[in-house]
Amino acid sequence: MDGNRRDFLKLAGLTALGATGASSINATTAAASTVESQAEASTGGVRLGMVIDLRKFSKNDALIERCIEACHAAHNVPDFGDDAKNEVKWIWSEDFETAFHSQEFHYIREDLKGKPTLLLCNHCNNPPCTRVCPTQATWKREADGIVMMDWHRCIGCRYCVVACPYGSRSFNWKDPRPAIDEITPDYPTRMRGVVEKCTFCEERISRGLEPACVEACSNDEIVFGNLNDPDSKVRQLLAERMAIRRKSGLGTQPEVYYIIDDPRTLQETAPAAVVEVAEGGDHA
Amino acid sequence: MLEKALTGNRTYWTWMFFLLAIIGAGAACWFWQFRTGLTVTGLSRDVVWGLYIAQFTFLVGVAASAVMVVLPYYLHNYKAFGKMTILGEFLAIAAVIMCMLFIFVDMGRPDRIFNVFLHPTPHSMMFWDTVALGGYLVLNILISRVSLSCERRGEPPPKWIKPIIILSIPWAVSIHTVTAFLYAGLAARPFWMTAILAPRFLASAFAAGPALLILLALIVRRLTTFDPGKEAIQKLAEIVTYAMLLNVFFVAMELFTALYSDIPEHVLHFQFLFMGLEGNNTLAPWMWLSVVLAVVALVILVNPSTRRSETTLVVGCIAVFGSLWIDKGLGMVIAGFIPSPLGKVTQYSPTAPELTISLAIYAIGILIVTGLYKIALEVRGQMKTEP
Ligand code: SF4
Ligand code: SF4
Ligand code: SF4
Repeated sequence: MDGNRRDFLKLAGLTALGATGASSINATTAAASTVESQAEASTGGVRLGMVIDLRKFSKNDALIERCIEACHAAHNVPDFGDDAKNEVKWIWSEDFETAFHSQEFHYIREDLKGKPTLLLCNHCNNPPCTRVCPTQATWKREADGIVMMDWHRCIGCRYCVVACPYGSRSFNWKDPRPAIDEITPDYPTRMRGVVEKCTFCEERISRGLEPACVEACSNDEIVFGNLNDPDSKVRQLLAERMAIRRKSGLGTQPEVYYIIDDPRTLQETAPAAVVEVAEGGDHA
Repeated sequence: MLEKALTGNRTYWTWMFFLLAIIGAGAACWFWQFRTGLTVTGLSRDVVWGLYIAQFTFLVGVAASAVMVVLPYYLHNYKAFGKMTILGEFLAIAAVIMCMLFIFVDMGRPDRIFNVFLHPTPHSMMFWDTVALGGYLVLNILISRVSLSCERRGEPPPKWIKPIIILSIPWAVSIHTVTAFLYAGLAARPFWMTAILAPRFLASAFAAGPALLILLALIVRRLTTFDPGKEAIQKLAEIVTYAMLLNVFFVAMELFTALYSDIPEHVLHFQFLFMGLEGNNTLAPWMWLSVVLAVVALVILVNPSTRRSETTLVVGCIAVFGSLWIDKGLGMVIAGFIPSPLGKVTQYSPTAPELTISLAIYAIGILIVTGLYKIALEVRGQMKTEP
């Protein structure tokens, strides 16, 4: 775990530097690790991504709620309760079949059936939402690929919401502030009339922290990192496991991956404790 | 010249105050919406665009249709449209202003509207639509103003205006094409992902717009000594007929592609429109009414005897306008959101404030048309009663 954390901090440093120019990225990486600098040179910059390991989630996993809660509390996301019409959310859960709506799952593996699946902005590498925005209030940050939002520029036309194929964006139909339980002072609140969504915790990674939803996990259920670095944990997982992306056929290149292997494959790689967790949940 | 809209008889003023009352009610609702947020509408996280954007889309078509009188008159020297062109241009001005207002009331942060110009973004179709609509408004104001003041002085229009008029023709086509591109290039919304969308928009515009123009010309003829001429009305009726036939043909092509291929994400939207999905069939009765009206319209218009009789022609024009308004001003936009990209079906129906605001914007358009038509007729000395 400590090792991962160090890797991650290194990555965060890269991200922050990325904003200042490509040459400085290469210089620092060379100092940090030659392998990594080669990766940088060949693929160009950092590409942040996420791997959600569905093997490690069980049907009624309290972890799902913890992740949502961590994100929404950290980012002052309003909670309108049952009022679906005004709903605002950055990360939420749908059952597996809905999350991968465009695929058809007929004779699906038992443990995947109705499995709660966390959904958030995919920080698409080719995002249609930024393409349509008439004010550049949402844009892809070239240094690390995060799809950003400027709540002070957004005119609330909702064209980006229309263009996102994943339902990742929410519009503030009314003033969100009264619906925030406890306002986190070091993060801005939004006003009515603007669009918001997950920002990959851009404010946290610039301070060397992992995203809030990742931090809420205890066992690498969600892994975050640089997809351009072949040695990163995300890439290692993707190289070994079977992972899918939502609506990949649309060419948006989502950067959030879902591992859908059989949970029993955890035995091969993970310590015994993990297997117990998985069995305690799904396969009890 | 504008002062001519400020004098008039009792009927004129009663009508204008009636419109102003609706506008006042709409303004009050809008102010409430501005203070509370768009939550006062029926829109939701899944159905983010509704009545406002649908009216915008429909009215872009009405604005573009002015070209159907301008083109034959200026390019083919078709003299019968001489008296109609100004009506067409004035209708276009009113329609574009209504379009802009519908966009404005749909915005979450109308106070930041200038961000569109402060941060021009060529990769956004909305940017191009703003450019196209703004340009079209300027063109039509310029053209109608210059030709009308020349007419007043009894002079022929200056030579330099001719190329500007010619420019307004492709420009009219462009506004509706770009409006179709707002929808047709979105991978997220299979219902709109069809190359026929822009042609279909144009066909329906060239049917609904001239149909409205016929109705307006006949109303004006009844109220004043203005006479558009039988030939002009009949020519417009032919244009409506051909455009409506084309529109129905295009719709049939869309239906074939969607239903024969049987790809669920295409079929489901049509299923929602005409049959309803998961018990939500808010639009189905409307869509069937639209189909019936289209059939009625075509029977009247294609048949030469009913097309030539003014009474049946009026019925035909109302049917065309009604059918296309339902199709584009209700069905087209809303069905794009149902089902959602995650397959969810969400109910949408406009709320009372939403309807009042929409009605008020139409009242503004009618007010502008009334005022502008009055100016044109005053200049030509065709008002029945002097103020
Ligand atoms: S998931 Fe949606 S909002 Fe996020 S980057 Fe992709 S298209 Fe944009
Ligand atoms: S709602 Fe805001 S972010 Fe989205 S397209 Fe409009 S201006 Fe851009
Ligand atoms: S990455 Fe950050 S902003 Fe995005 S869902 Fe996770 S906690 Fe929320």
